[in-house]
Amino acid sequence: MANLSHLRALEAESIHIIREVAAEFQKPVMLYSIGKDSSVMLRLAQKAFFPARIPFPLLHVDTTYKFKEMIEFRDHYPASIGCELRVYSNQEAVHAGANPFVLGTSKCCSLLKTRALLDGLAQGGYDAAFGGARRDEEKSRAKERIYSFRDGHGQWDPKNQRPELWNLYNSRVDKGQSIRVFPLSNWTELDVWHYIHLESIPVVPLYFAKERPVIVRGGSLIPPESDVVKLLPGEKVSMVKCRMRSLGCSPCTGAIRSDADTVPRIIEELLSFRRSERENRVIDHDQEGSMELKKREGYF
Amino acid sequence: MRTAEASFEASTLTIEEFLEKESGKELLRFSTAGSVDDGKSTLIGRLLYDARGIYEDQLAAIQKSKLNRSTGPIDFSLLTDGLRAEREQGITIDVAYRHFSTPRRKFIIADTPGHEQYTRNMATGASTSSLAIVLIDARNGVLAQTRRHATISSLLGIPRLILAVNKMDLKEYSRQVFEDICADFLYFAREMGFAHIQPIPISALEGDNVAKRSARTPWYTGPSLLEHLESVPVSTDVASGALRFPVQYVIRPDQNFRGYAAQIASGTIGKGDRVQILPSGQLSHVASITTFDGELEHAEAPMSVTITLEDERDISRGDMIVHTHSLPKLARQMEANLVWMTDEPLTAGRSYLLKHTTQQVNARVLSIESKLDIQAMERRQALSLGLNDIGTIRIEASRPLFFDTYKENRLTGSFILIDAISNTTVAAGMIISALEGRNAARRPVRAEERHKRNGHKPAVLEVHNANLATLLERRLFEYGCQVVALDNPGPVASLLAAGVLVITPMPGYANAIRVGELALPADDQAAVDAVLLYLAQHDILDSGHFAFGEGI
Ligand SMILES: Nc1nc2c(ncn2[C@@H]2O[C@H](COP(=O)(O)OP(=O)(O)OP(=O)(O)O)[C@@H](O)[C@H]2O)c(=O)[nH]1
Ligand SMILES: [Mg+2]
Repeated sequence: MANLSHLRALEAESIHIIREVAAEFQKPVMLYSIGKDSSVMLRLAQKAFFPARIPFPLLHVDTTYKFKEMIEFRDHYPASIGCELRVYSNQEAVHAGANPFVLGTSKCCSLLKTRALLDGLAQGGYDAAFGGARRDEEKSRAKERIYSFRDGHGQWDPKNQRPELWNLYNSRVDKGQSIRVFPLSNWTELDVWHYIHLESIPVVPLYFAKERPVIVRGGSLIPPESDVVKLLPGEKVSMVKCRMRSLGCSPCTGAIRSDADTVPRIIEELLSFRRSERENRVIDHDQEGSMELKKREGYF
Repeated sequence: MRTAEASFEASTLTIEEFLEKESGKELLRFSTAGSVDDGKSTLIGRLLYDARGIYEDQLAAIQKSKLNRSTGPIDFSLLTDGLRAEREQGITIDVAYRHFSTPRRKFIIADTPGHEQYTRNMATGASTSSLAIVLIDARNGVLAQTRRHATISSLLGIPRLILAVNKMDLKEYSRQVFEDICADFLYFAREMGFAHIQPIPISALEGDNVAKRSARTPWYTGPSLLEHLESVPVSTDVASGALRFPVQYVIRPDQNFRGYAAQIASGTIGKGDRVQILPSGQLSHVASITTFDGELEHAEAPMSVTITLEDERDISRGDMIVHTHSLPKLARQMEANLVWMTDEPLTAGRSYLLKHTTQQVNARVLSIESKLDIQAMERRQALSLGLNDIGTIRIEASRPLFFDTYKENRLTGSFILIDAISNTTVAAGMIISALEGRNAARRPVRAEERHKRNGHKPAVLEVHNANLATLLERRLFEYGCQVVALDNPGPVASLLAAGVLVITPMPGYANAIRVGELALPADDQAAVDAVLLYLAQHDILDSGHFAFGEGI
């Protein structure tokens, strides 16, 4: 009998994980970051429960620095497939005007993402939270279990992870503790785009190249989306054909010069890359092992 | 995934053609094993580097790193040792999963730790692999931890090994050193049941025989590590096994739809198939195989699908749907191999949560039968199993489990034990056999048990043609049926209770099959065939048991 294709095997594994969580936890939630990985994860959740609806809500942790197109997509797409979306922000920090240029990216992230995520999860009383992270993204993610245990403070202890054998996941947690679940653990960036292509999954238009206003600063293209992005002396906003390789907060996510305006062309471009997708994320590089530190604190 | 790029650039394929080819690639999952510092992470780093599986910025980051412990310009182990503690201590603590692909295959690597303290993480990485690379430092030869990892790999049912004798650069690429170590390893591994072991002399640091064959080992004529990884058979026969459909979730959007969702553990399920639901034993037929992408006629392992049945049945998570002709084993007591993974030792009498397929039950460890002495590679009697010990135990579940032995089926033959207080996973279990426990010995034999052993139900066949009766009795007897032809009133009720097929000319038995009223061929031999077919079709004879084809 013919082998199941590689993508169909990944799909089947992810669906198994998603159903397992829905069956074993009291109150699961799917973290929805609006990016390509979230889009794939959402499609897998639809498939897992078809013809029923997805039996848990989506949660978007909004830093208020997301691109306008991301918010439009967020407010439209999940609802169009009958999915309930909740949004949580660290209002206190937002009102205090937290921004990466004043606080530094690390502190800003810690308040607007990590803190907000932990508070949002605690407020909802969620005992399991799906995330779209993949092991091929970053060296500390490569170490993470599919069911990643978090203590009462939402923290990850990478030196003491639970063994995880076969497809037998341990869902036991005490009150206050939780599990982060990564159904896309074994997918690569290429797999994700390939699947988006095969399944015609809608994604935020920011992924596709078009002429956009950006500030060219050093090697980076910074979109002047947010008021906190200020022009430095001698800089101006110019139109450049570009796209986003990964989506984060607008002040901290650089665009890349690109002509790729369709999914196959994005894949073609991806194949020619010599640099990893998170390179354009300022936050991952603040210091050696910074992703691990964030994850220990509760970042997802 | 980086190497996909190379194959794309070097080809004249359009992107659509490229993706088409990508879809058809096989996936091989493999893991590393071996003692601490034997060079596992260095080898994986080297492999990724040579196979162009890393990005420039990732390479630049490790080139810049102040933590280089190797004697070369790049410490390749830093590519997989991604935790700060690992980099600081220079050891691997937990599994790193890395991807790469070649024009022929896609690979997922689990680089596991060699340190004894982290054996459970090695088992984690190995549990989903179908090949293991066992590394041995050419200076040290086979160590206790090498044996432990090889044993765990064998218990976990990994069929193929690569025996990589590493750091050959430190032993002048000596053939003698290589051959002595291989002989040593192959001798101790001879009874471990590996289907194939490929020895390769390598230097992870220098790259000898990693991607390409090395000129420094002219005496070695076998494949390089990468060549072997690309050509070794990938075993995926799960779709051809017996159907195991462990119900994961009941999908009920409205009153009109009741679907049972599962990832098929093995075998193939088809629309219209007659299936049995365990533990209830109820029978039904598959009405539909429903997926988001439309209805299917067939689905095979490892697909995740949802089925509906023709009859209203009470089915919930943890039930198992199977074909009637290949039932799993049913028992509350089992014998199993165990890898113990927590500090607090295991002793007989302790209770744990046992997770098996999609169900979780309470279970009590009845006894520790033996413990493996890694030094002597012998099974010894033991009162407890400590951290990282491997042993054989007997365990009793609070409810009967449906399972296969681990040898038969990796997914329905495995379980984990969870400590209900600390919530941690304390053991990995691999079922060796079902046990007929003390309770079972006192239990009366049930009709189902007779049925299962005989391969048929009891029945009365009312036959007035004496010749046909004799032929039928003989044929059923030759098949191994419990059958008797009686021409007096006899103790029919007792015989039926004993599970027997009774052939008699006496009329008047309730539910008797009146063979004379069947449309039979005139020839008695042909009539026997027709009766057998009728019995198989009416579930008296289990077709799986007797393998009746079209032309009985
Ligand atoms: N000379 C030489 N040194 C090597 C070779 N392979 C690995 N080493 C060195 O051996 C040491 C241990 O290598 P690692 O790759 O960390 O070993 P490991 O097996 O992954 O260790 P654990 O994961 O902690 O069990 C490092 O200093 C490597 O540079 C080799 O082929 N030749
Ligand atoms: Mg290592």
